[in-house]
Amino acid sequence: MAENVRPRVRVPKTAAAGEVITIKSLISHKMESGQRKDGDGNVIPRSIINRFVCAFNGETVIDVTLEAAVSTNPFFEFEAVVPEAGDFTFTWYDDDGSVYEETKSVAIA
Amino acid sequence: MKLQNAIAAAAILSFAGTMGFAQTDNELTVEGQLISTEAAAPAHMENVGTVYSGWRFRSEETQAMQTDDFDNSGFVFVDDGFALMASVDGSEGKSCASCHEDAEEFAGLKAQMPRVNDSGELETLEDLVNTCRTERMGAEPWKYNGSQMAAVTAVIGLQSRGLPVDVAIDGAAESFWERGKDLYYARVGQLDLSCANCHEDNYGTMIRADHLSQGQINGFPTYRLKNAKLNTVHSRFSGCMKNVRAEPYAIGSDEFKALELYLASRGTGLSVETPSIRN
Amino acid sequence: MAFTRRKMLILGSASFATATLAGLPAFASLTDDAIMAITGGAETSDAGITLTAPEIAENGNTVPVEVSAPGATSIALFASGNPTPSVATFNFGPLAGSQTGATRIRLAKTQDVVAIATMPDGSFLRASVTVKVTIGGCGG
Repeated sequence: MAENVRPRVRVPKTAAAGEVITIKSLISHKMESGQRKDGDGNVIPRSIINRFVCAFNGETVIDVTLEAAVSTNPFFEFEAVVPEAGDFTFTWYDDDGSVYEETKSVAIA
Repeated sequence: MKLQNAIAAAAILSFAGTMGFAQTDNELTVEGQLISTEAAAPAHMENVGTVYSGWRFRSEETQAMQTDDFDNSGFVFVDDGFALMASVDGSEGKSCASCHEDAEEFAGLKAQMPRVNDSGELETLEDLVNTCRTERMGAEPWKYNGSQMAAVTAVIGLQSRGLPVDVAIDGAAESFWERGKDLYYARVGQLDLSCANCHEDNYGTMIRADHLSQGQINGFPTYRLKNAKLNTVHSRFSGCMKNVRAEPYAIGSDEFKALELYLASRGTGLSVETPSIRN
Repeated sequence: MAFTRRKMLILGSASFATATLAGLPAFASLTDDAIMAITGGAETSDAGITLTAPEIAENGNTVPVEVSAPGATSIALFASGNPTPSVATFNFGPLAGSQTGATRIRLAKTQDVVAIATMPDGSFLRASVTVKVTIGGCGG
């Protein structure tokens, strides 16, 4: 488990049925690119979040493949349709095998 | 000396190109709150008429990041700060929150720091945190410019966001302030530059590809794009000194605290912007 | 991908012939290879895709970019001047509210950021923006 990894998402609490909403997601993660060298000249191995998935009630909204060029603390902004009340799940997959998750519920206004 | 200055000035001016000569005119609104990024310079500043927040010198994209508390990635570390303040640490079995139930009670504190305490010592926000930790929580002090300290001072500073910087520079503070002022104007390092040479004499111009600000500290701890994390003010001082190839004073040193007081006073009237976004 | 070098070069020169208007350099690059892996050398159109990035990056470590291609199934981002050009691929699901994505990326130097959108009918869109990345003056 990479240290001090904290997810953060912004989802409106309510939406009209069928409304398109903006979602923002962030996760504090170093995104070690594999390009850096340590003091002894050894390459610091790559260790990044390589995939981010947002789903609503089990259906995919967006599935992002990340490479080392995504900045530290990967940030994404995208849009989702809210067909009914339910839960947005956010999942981040780490090179080291860890999986980080966050869930936000949306009610229909 | 004069010839050197003239050559240096010409070199700097020749890079003034595309980024514009002075600070931008944009207004900063964060989450609907208008934040003051300029003010009439305090009387003690003889060579500057208006003080501008560092926000005004950043590119439009960087400025935009600070207008929203989600786009501002510093907030993920503010979240860390809240979590730290809620977690028990030390022999007394307390967390910060055991006594400070609501962070909102810190409103106004950052705007006055650093300040002189009853024992006549100049105290920074970091000092207050570590004093609480060691004397009241029975916990180990945090590294002065480490990530935990940056996170918690960001939480505390956030409570003063929008309030005008207002540090005391008279009475007990005067001798520290004078020392800070001397440090500000002293040339140091292989490049023989003082803070003033860049941040007072040349703010608004380009130094290579950087748009020089006035070196205000109203937004610290700040999320720097360069290292994608919160940076404390003493870390920045240290970095600046290394940039002029000087041996930096120690983090948490009397010199840096005095400099911090003097710099804070140069931002009197600007709003606290913690946590800000800078280059 | 089972492309041999020969196949790659043949396909590459075919697509270069049609794409000379886009001003592509006359040699294969890592980015072109990566794009080839998506498009198979097919022509790309520049209509219907928008890529937004700053003209001058304040800091190459964190550069905000946004890409939009209404109706696309996915959009792949490349940084043609980075040691490895692939940046990210946005795959849009059935509940995507629009085919847009914004993120922040690392750019090693001044270069073209390229977006390739894959459309449901098998066609491809391409947009490219030049971002200037400088060495900081004193902030580092």
